[in-house]
Amino acid sequence: MDWGFVGAAVPDLLSGLRYTLLATALGYVLALVLGLAVVIVRRGAPRVVATPVFWVMEFIRSTPLLVQLFFVFYVLPSAGVSLSPLTAGIIALGVHYAAYTAEVYRSGLDGVPTGQWEAARALSLPGGRTWGAVVLPQAVRRVIPALGNYLIAMFKDTPLLFAITVPELLFEANRLGGENFKYLETISAVGVLFIAVSVLSAAGIRLLERRYAAV
Amino acid sequence: MPQSDDNNSAEVPKAREAEEQPLVRFENVVKRYGDNVVLDELDFNVLPGQRVTLIGPSGSGKTTILRLLMTLEQVDDGVIWVDGDPLSHMYRNGALVRASQKHQRGVRKKIGMVFQQLNLFPNMTVRRNITEAPVHTLGMSRDEADERAAELLEMVGLADRIDEHPTRLSGGQQQRVAIARALAMRPEILLLDEVTSALDPELVAGVLDVLREIARTTDITMLAVTHEMGFAKDVSHRVLMFDRGQIVEDGPPERIFSEPREERTKSFLHAVLEAG
Repeated sequence: MDWGFVGAAVPDLLSGLRYTLLATALGYVLALVLGLAVVIVRRGAPRVVATPVFWVMEFIRSTPLLVQLFFVFYVLPSAGVSLSPLTAGIIALGVHYAAYTAEVYRSGLDGVPTGQWEAARALSLPGGRTWGAVVLPQAVRRVIPALGNYLIAMFKDTPLLFAITVPELLFEANRLGGENFKYLETISAVGVLFIAVSVLSAAGIRLLERRYAAV
Repeated sequence: MPQSDDNNSAEVPKAREAEEQPLVRFENVVKRYGDNVVLDELDFNVLPGQRVTLIGPSGSGKTTILRLLMTLEQVDDGVIWVDGDPLSHMYRNGALVRASQKHQRGVRKKIGMVFQQLNLFPNMTVRRNITEAPVHTLGMSRDEADERAAELLEMVGLADRIDEHPTRLSGGQQQRVAIARALAMRPEILLLDEVTSALDPELVAGVLDVLREIARTTDITMLAVTHEMGFAKDVSHRVLMFDRGQIVEDGPPERIFSEPREERTKSFLHAVLEAG
């Protein structure tokens, strides 16, 4: 192990980590918002809209993320949609994980007793209040652990963005390793950085869980 | 043929004109769940200010009547009227058609409901539970709603619990909050769906006392499904005995409880009083 080389590689690896974290953060926000939209459409929209949405989500969950990345980055340009590697990566991650967060939300909503909906209806609460003040706050508490797992899962999937040339952590490590024939150092550093971020995130999620469980 | 006493009998508090408009009217109402007919061409009226108790064996359709009035279920046939307006239906070009969500929202604001399963919002304080609908449904100012919540909690004897979460209260206390929550909307009709059935026996009396007080001090129209025959006797002007989706007997509680005419009423009361 060449510790001097590891030290010299740190700035480049951190730059890669920045892309990894950025893709995770934005992809996750997209997954959270899009997943919620999907579950609301599937519950509230007429069947002609809700059913296609269901099948699109089934399709996304049944095809590999790597294929979806290639599709967004290499196929969409032929339809006139050209995206930067990072943007394509964030969209593919967000849409892919939205198919999973939608399921998490669905189970969270199913866990809110029917009586809560009925009480809201008996009080003629407007739809927005029923969702925003009654149902979602109760559902959120149930879904935090599962959503947290998907955050970490998505984080661990970001090396796939390597395949569409996003200069994320693994991309940088591979480049440095290739240039200097020192893969042991660089790839080990990737592992260490992933563990560090995962452990920190898991601790953060547990903190959130405890806070909301107390209500 | 169901036996029926005159609805406008002396038990109704104020003098009522014979042609007075009923506050609630079920007209040939049919409700089915699959092949199971829960309400079978049901007809009945409730006058303003009347307190009506619905009794009968489980599965006889009593709770369904309340759920239809609250629009938690929809009729399969027939029409429900509230204060002269159709609830299950609405007028379009002079014809009665199925009510839209919006139409039902308008009409059902006259109706409040208290549930067997309490159904308070656990994520809100007692205060927010009571003020949420006045503020967001009626557009009341927050101050006015808070003041009203304090008054109502005073009435149900829980003024000091206003900032607690419902999960910190006993079932009986929660049900009293639920009553306050329903009344905060100033409904003309209060629906009580077995409101003491899910409570521990020692908590029942407190809830019934609150309801007795409301009956004594207001002229709110009540429809109550209950197995508390003592409460039915004290509070109601009228008892409807149901069996298999039909009214079997209809009359003032003194008569129904002391000299029921129908065999099914007799056997039902016998079974209930035996168990109680």
